[in-house]
Amino acid sequence: MALTAHQITVRYGRHQVLDRVDFTVPEATTIGLAGPSGCGKSTLARVLALLHKPSSGTVSIGGHHTPGWRHRAPRQLRTRVAIVFQQPRLAVDPRLRLRDIILEPLHATGLGADASARLPALTGPVGLTAELLDRRPHEVSDGQLQRACLARALALQPRYLICDEMTTMLDASTQAHLVAVVQEYQQRTGAGVLAISHDPVLLDRWADATLTWPLTGVALP
Amino acid sequence: MSHSFRVLRVDQLSVRFRLPDATVAAVTDVTFSLPAGECLALVGESGCGKSVLASALLGLLPGNAEIRGGALLDEVDLLSCGEKVLARSIRGRRVGLVPQSPAAHLTPVRTVRAQLEETTHVLGTARPDRRAAARRYADRAHLDASHLNRYPHQLSGGLAQRAATALALAGEPWLLLADEPTTGLDRRLVDATMDELARLRDNGHGILLITHDLAAARRVADRVAVMYASRIVEIAPTAQLFDSPRHPYTAALLDALPDRRFRPLPGFPPELSRLPDGCAFAPRCSRTDPDCALLPKLAPVGDGDVACHHPLGG
Repeated sequence: MALTAHQITVRYGRHQVLDRVDFTVPEATTIGLAGPSGCGKSTLARVLALLHKPSSGTVSIGGHHTPGWRHRAPRQLRTRVAIVFQQPRLAVDPRLRLRDIILEPLHATGLGADASARLPALTGPVGLTAELLDRRPHEVSDGQLQRACLARALALQPRYLICDEMTTMLDASTQAHLVAVVQEYQQRTGAGVLAISHDPVLLDRWADATLTWPLTGVALP
Repeated sequence: MSHSFRVLRVDQLSVRFRLPDATVAAVTDVTFSLPAGECLALVGESGCGKSVLASALLGLLPGNAEIRGGALLDEVDLLSCGEKVLARSIRGRRVGLVPQSPAAHLTPVRTVRAQLEETTHVLGTARPDRRAAARRYADRAHLDASHLNRYPHQLSGGLAQRAATALALAGEPWLLLADEPTTGLDRRLVDATMDELARLRDNGHGILLITHDLAAARRVADRVAVMYASRIVEIAPTAQLFDSPRHPYTAALLDALPDRRFRPLPGFPPELSRLPDGCAFAPRCSRTDPDCALLPKLAPVGDGDVACHHPLGG
């Protein structure tokens, strides 16, 4: 089982970012993806998370081809992939409390009834205290907000997790903590993880195998 | 450039923000000096007060800030000289700011040349000389003249950083204040940006580098000051700080690096509105004992200064 992109081409206007890229994230593996700023790593991440419709190409999740993108993808497929972005402040609704940010995926998929009961299991590992959960984004640091974003990404227990420069904005301690949380989740659930970073030292430490841009005939472990 | 007598002296600087229901201690009793030709890095977790310190030095704090202590730049008292002096003779002329996000710092609808010429104009260059001045500062920031006619969105992250640095150099300041200049850049660009700062340092500029990136600090800094919960807890020559840290917090922060033990610190830093009376690191420290209920003073250990009752290796 795997999250697979087939022959993905993406153009922004006349600018071609991805040209017939094949890419696979197998389950039970952490794949690192390294490359310079602006090479198309994040675009590939958004395509794999079904958040961006490519100019051509397809994505399959666990063997099922996705019939659409964004809200046109069926919920059962869409929720199997979660993503954590680089800048937590741009990835949350500034009006919501941290608690509601983390539980939003549960409410959105009809699992809101026992949401509060599941909260401690989500926030404990990332180190968020009850007092922090009552705050809004402007009242917490980048590191604390990114912890909430990771808890949100894991709320629906995705089979695949994409971490797009998840720790680039963070200090060394928060980085080490969040990576440990992702590793623990990956090992416990057998999920597939795609770790995108421009820090080769980090990927050496984190990933089972690291691919470096440009992607050509991707070989996997 | 002869900057040999130039120095920034910060003495017991404290900044407090009074809020309706709390007082935030953002900077407490910070003391250091930075001569021209040296690079001092200020490192620490987000929210430890690094950026507030930088804003205090430039007189850019909001109105509810209370400042105590001293900050002398050459012979000018930055804290009491007033907005007029800051605007006319300090900002841009003695202190240049290398910004956090160059893409957001540059005006998106104007070319780099237009912005550089405008800056040199405001700083007093006569019109016929502006074009040459723009080229000179671009050159000094290693920005090739062919990029001057470009708009910010046409520049890569590294080139935008150089354009922003050229703007910072336009008033011939000797001190450069670089506040998280590498946020969001990839490792290659981080290294390149640090090497640019090293070159400027070697040309006689003093550089205060504020960053959470320890690897970046190590690449360029002569000395490193570690800030925790509004105070400097250790300040030492770079090699000593990285090879034999004395403060347990410094050691723990270094241990979190992916090329070291990759082990996070337990817990969170304390809220700046609720700092304990004693050592603020004690709740997360493995060497805590009853002495730590008393605030440790910064005292010499080895070639540096450490604020700890039980420093490592000493």
